[in-house]
Amino acid sequence: MAAGNFEKYKSDGSIGGNVLEWVDARFPATSMWKGHLSEYYCPKNFNFWYFFGSLALLVLVIQIVTGIFLVMHYKPDAALNANGVPIAFASVEYIMRDVPGGWLIRYMHSTGASAFFIVVYLHMFRGLIYGSYRKPRELTWLFGVGIFLVLMGEAFFGYLLPWGQMSYWGAQVIVNLFSAIPVIGSDLSLIIRGDFVVGDATLNRFFSFHVIAFPLVLVGLVAAHVLALHETGSNNPDGVEIKANKDENGIPRDGIPFHPYYTVKDIVGVVVFLMVFSAVMFFAPEGGGYFLETPNFYPADPLKTPPHIAPVWYFTPYYSILRAMVWNFFGLDAKFWGVVGMGASVVIFALLPWLDRSPVKSIRYRGPITKVMIALFVVCFFILGYLGTLSPSPMGELISQICTVFYFGFFLGMPWWSRMDKFKPVPERVTMK
Amino acid sequence: MKKFLIALLFAPLMAAASSGTAHIDKWPGSVGDKAALQNGAKLFVNYCLNCHGASYMRYQNLLDLGLSEQQVKENLMFTSDKIGELMRVAARSEEQKQWFGATPPDLTIITRARGEAGNAGAGADWVYTYLRSFYRDENRPTGWNNTVFENVGMPHVLYGLQGQQVLNHETHKLEVAVPGQMAPAEFDKAVSDLVGFMVWMGEPQQEFRRKLGFFVLAFLGLLFVLAYALKKEFWKDIH
Repeated sequence: MAAGNFEKYKSDGSIGGNVLEWVDARFPATSMWKGHLSEYYCPKNFNFWYFFGSLALLVLVIQIVTGIFLVMHYKPDAALNANGVPIAFASVEYIMRDVPGGWLIRYMHSTGASAFFIVVYLHMFRGLIYGSYRKPRELTWLFGVGIFLVLMGEAFFGYLLPWGQMSYWGAQVIVNLFSAIPVIGSDLSLIIRGDFVVGDATLNRFFSFHVIAFPLVLVGLVAAHVLALHETGSNNPDGVEIKANKDENGIPRDGIPFHPYYTVKDIVGVVVFLMVFSAVMFFAPEGGGYFLETPNFYPADPLKTPPHIAPVWYFTPYYSILRAMVWNFFGLDAKFWGVVGMGASVVIFALLPWLDRSPVKSIRYRGPITKVMIALFVVCFFILGYLGTLSPSPMGELISQICTVFYFGFFLGMPWWSRMDKFKPVPERVTMK
Repeated sequence: MKKFLIALLFAPLMAAASSGTAHIDKWPGSVGDKAALQNGAKLFVNYCLNCHGASYMRYQNLLDLGLSEQQVKENLMFTSDKIGELMRVAARSEEQKQWFGATPPDLTIITRARGEAGNAGAGADWVYTYLRSFYRDENRPTGWNNTVFENVGMPHVLYGLQGQQVLNHETHKLEVAVPGQMAPAEFDKAVSDLVGFMVWMGEPQQEFRRKLGFFVLAFLGLLFVLAYALKKEFWKDIH
């Protein structure tokens, strides 16, 4: 949709109109408003799954705004204070106790981190079941995978900042993984840490990445994601291209302008989301020990390794895949293949647009093979996630290996199983269910 | 495949089995009881604060327990005379390390740290059981051991109240050998109050947090009705 082709605003003589005409002559205000909101036509049949894009944007804003306030009192300093507590850890407790409203801001940020992943996982699942990554939306999907990767980095760096036991040892474990890469590994992990152990240098560079570098990239990628989406137009639960059927004014017959229809609809989604978010934040801010891991209430102690180091829940599926790799291949250590498996399990999402060979997009018109495969994939993802929170065990290892095989089988076998299915005819127009 | 299914079936059981052997009693108290919290604060500053710090907590916060500044200054402040001070410990950590083998941990958020994934209240239960599970053991440098925390460096500071327990090696149960100032039920209540204070201290605004939560949810409930009506009105012609 070429945003510049809209008519520039002509003043009606009022002061507001004159200002807008002046602005419009110098900046594409009206054309952007129209191109992205009031004349951006969306399919009218969006369902429940279509709330999570706007919710992800909401959580991003929550994280940025609360983050700005947290930085005002947080101190990225691993030195010990007069009471023998690391300054970074003490500054978080200072925010929780002595800064007026600080506890609320901090819980918003910590709950927001988990909420971000919940919302993004559901958003990705929507793309998976309705084939939103298929032509012509491959770039939107690739920008989305980029957002997911950057978000994982952002979460990882942020998790070190409270400088608790799990922050410290989690970072120690993950950074050490890079040392498994042949030849450059040990130097690479040294560069990431900035020291031979996780220390003050690590804390400060992670702080810098968390508050400046990664948020900048994240916001840029989100803009690209939305721009690419608005270029092609949105997919929908039927997987029908609404632009293929336009009226005499060039407006899709199944399209409705995003504003006001989806703005008022998304407000309902936002309110429901905020209710769930508030229920966690006000009544169970630790998220049952999964959003705020309990060992992280001990300050970081480099001399005391916790008996069980578990990443936060949103990383546990990939952590399970890492632990599932226990064989040495081609003279390379199992740890290296674990890192490769973990990396591949995330990056492989980027290949979806080219792996899916089904003639139809939406799961609604695909057969039992697709439904079973997607259901099993989700089950595997949950099992891997659950196992990643537990201490290693022989049985857990076996299950995670089986799930890992299926996880990759789902993607790598897709060019075949996606074609084998039985398909139903796709309707000409979208359906309202 | 069969092995896989069996493994799936047992995965939750394995998780349950891995969480320690000692029996943990449930902490019977709550943080809503002001009188209990005041009693807990008294016990805390008299018995705990000599070796353990509560260094994220200010004396000033004790005013929230319904005490006046005068009362706090006269009854609860032994290490400081400024109400805005943190509840620090007088003993030096290097010396404590020599005495006990390890520096006693800060107790401000200990009940939160002792929680478990899936059971945030586990920390209070653990401390409640731990403080009542000391027994005489002549093999330990302090003369004390603990069934919940084996070979613990900490001596039984509450033995004057509880008396001295011994471990019956046949039944693996603790028995009171020398009675203390308090009857067992009385002592359990005192420990419960002390744990209550520690839970409260872990997050002094937690009652306010929950209260605010109800208002926020009520507000969002109203907003939902309005937002839903607005959506219905705009969408009535879309079919």
